[in-house]
Amino acid sequence: MSEDAAELAPRSHRVPIAILVAVIAAAPWVVYPVFVMKALCFALFACAFNLLLGYAGLLSFGHALFFGAASYATAHAALEWGWRPELCLLFGTAVGALLGLATGLVAIRRQGIYFAMITLALAQMFFFFSLRAEFTGGENGIQGVPRGMMFGFLDLSRTYVMYYVVAGIFLLGFAILHRTVHSPFGQVLTAIRENEPRAISLGYKTNHYKLIAFVISAGLAGLAGGTKALVFQLASLTDVHWNTSGEVVLMTLIGGLGTIFGPIAGAVFMAALENYLAQLGSWVTVTEGAIFVVVVIAFRRGMFGELSRLLKRPL
Amino acid sequence: MLAVPIQALFGQLLIGLINGSFYALLSLGLAIIFGLLNVVNFAHGALYMLGAFVAWFLAEKAGVGYWGALLLAPLAVGLFGAVIERLLLRRLAGLDPLYGLLLTFGIALMLQGLFSNFFGSSGLPYEMPAALQGGRALPFMFLPNYRIWVIGVSLVVCLGTWAVTEGTRLGSWLRAATENAALVSAFGINVPRMITITYGLGVGLAALAGVLAAPIYRVSPLMGADLIIVVFAVVVIGGMGSILGSIITGFSLGILEGLTKVFYPEASNTVIFVVMAIVLLVRPAGLFGKQA
Repeated sequence: MSEDAAELAPRSHRVPIAILVAVIAAAPWVVYPVFVMKALCFALFACAFNLLLGYAGLLSFGHALFFGAASYATAHAALEWGWRPELCLLFGTAVGALLGLATGLVAIRRQGIYFAMITLALAQMFFFFSLRAEFTGGENGIQGVPRGMMFGFLDLSRTYVMYYVVAGIFLLGFAILHRTVHSPFGQVLTAIRENEPRAISLGYKTNHYKLIAFVISAGLAGLAGGTKALVFQLASLTDVHWNTSGEVVLMTLIGGLGTIFGPIAGAVFMAALENYLAQLGSWVTVTEGAIFVVVVIAFRRGMFGELSRLLKRPL
Repeated sequence: MLAVPIQALFGQLLIGLINGSFYALLSLGLAIIFGLLNVVNFAHGALYMLGAFVAWFLAEKAGVGYWGALLLAPLAVGLFGAVIERLLLRRLAGLDPLYGLLLTFGIALMLQGLFSNFFGSSGLPYEMPAALQGGRALPFMFLPNYRIWVIGVSLVVCLGTWAVTEGTRLGSWLRAATENAALVSAFGINVPRMITITYGLGVGLAALAGVLAAPIYRVSPLMGADLIIVVFAVVVIGGMGSILGSIITGFSLGILEGLTKVFYPEASNTVIFVVMAIVLLVRPAGLFGKQA
């Protein structure tokens, strides 16, 4: 799924990254902080997803599995075991990565649309499991998750402390992904996307690369889900529903597949859309569907894909 | 295991066969569409729902009963599908097939959202036709007539579709175009029109399943949303290469699901997905698929 120049030799992203950091630092003083935190969680989720679809060309239609499972794991560790938030988040990330390993082992046995259908089916299986299992609280979810004291001294119950911790987590995840994409490993992933048989004939064990990418992506999706559970103090079935899997696809697509910054813009766009259309109920779904259709038909490069073409530099 | 009452066993087997009928009809349509268009039709579940709603509308607003709906709903939805193909899907020809999946996913969201908006999510009742009400008492269970009818129709339609693709000229064009569309069009066959007709047909099968389902389940906007994911798993298990394969897989997985409900009800929702994972590990191309 490539039609952009983003994977050309990466010129410095120093300026756009500086702008990104400045915007994130200033945002809570301009916009409602909880909204920005939600957007940042989804942005990390979308960036993690983009590693697979944008760079490895693998469409996972079940990423809610990792996001939601980590959200449950983090919430459970915080509420039932009383762990400190940083440990809860680590645990959530590990759960996401492990589930990614298990799912990846099954899913990478097929390519293309089969890969999408398999990941969707496995995520749906986990959804039914969550619906029935004891620890997820079924329809109620896990409510009243304590935010706690990060590292023993950061009181996350204070909104602005929570905000800058979320911002830090996002930037950490973003840095990991940025590094991954621009490493030799990332180059091989792009090669697999462009022409897998050729990558194999060059001696790359493409399945290993795809599996590692899948685990990284699932782990960071898990980090995003865990953070979301702490911010909203809630883990629920919504997080594991296929709708969430669809939304992350849409965010990445609107922002620009295979662009570094696109998924962030897509996530902010979708979070804003949901905020403004929330009172309209199922019209949100209709709007999302319409955006899918329009983007796929007429705007396949996405916001940052188009921008990067205009500026003639990869973003 | 022996403690299971025989009524429960046969009851669940029957439900399994019913579900299998729907799996078979839906995965058959998916397989035909995929064969020619190289598109996984994510909107299939939504169009199944649309079929049920058209039947409901016909009954409520136009006084057309079940038998009329059985013919008109697939026709209407098939036409709607043909329009979608002409206006939208056609523009994606030659692109990565993932875009087709995403486009049809968007269409599914729109349809489901629109209907949820107007009809809520609780669902509407649809009257069973008088001729098919009641049932017969067998020594070990009560057999409702309507259920036998659904299984029968599904079998006839599935096998009929298979016979058409294998034994008629249209079917041979279809199979040829699936193999190599460019060559077939060089022989003077209008491939774009064939693609439109095929999409309409596949979608019409989904709508037919929707009408069949309407009297059993309530007609609701989300009736196809979860079903389509199970059908995807069915398709992965069977492999989309073979029409007969998707029919057999559909029915057998329905039965398997019914049996799981008897012996281990906790797993009845997930058993098909587990089977999918096992099949992928053992035989990645699916039971009837060509090994890549």
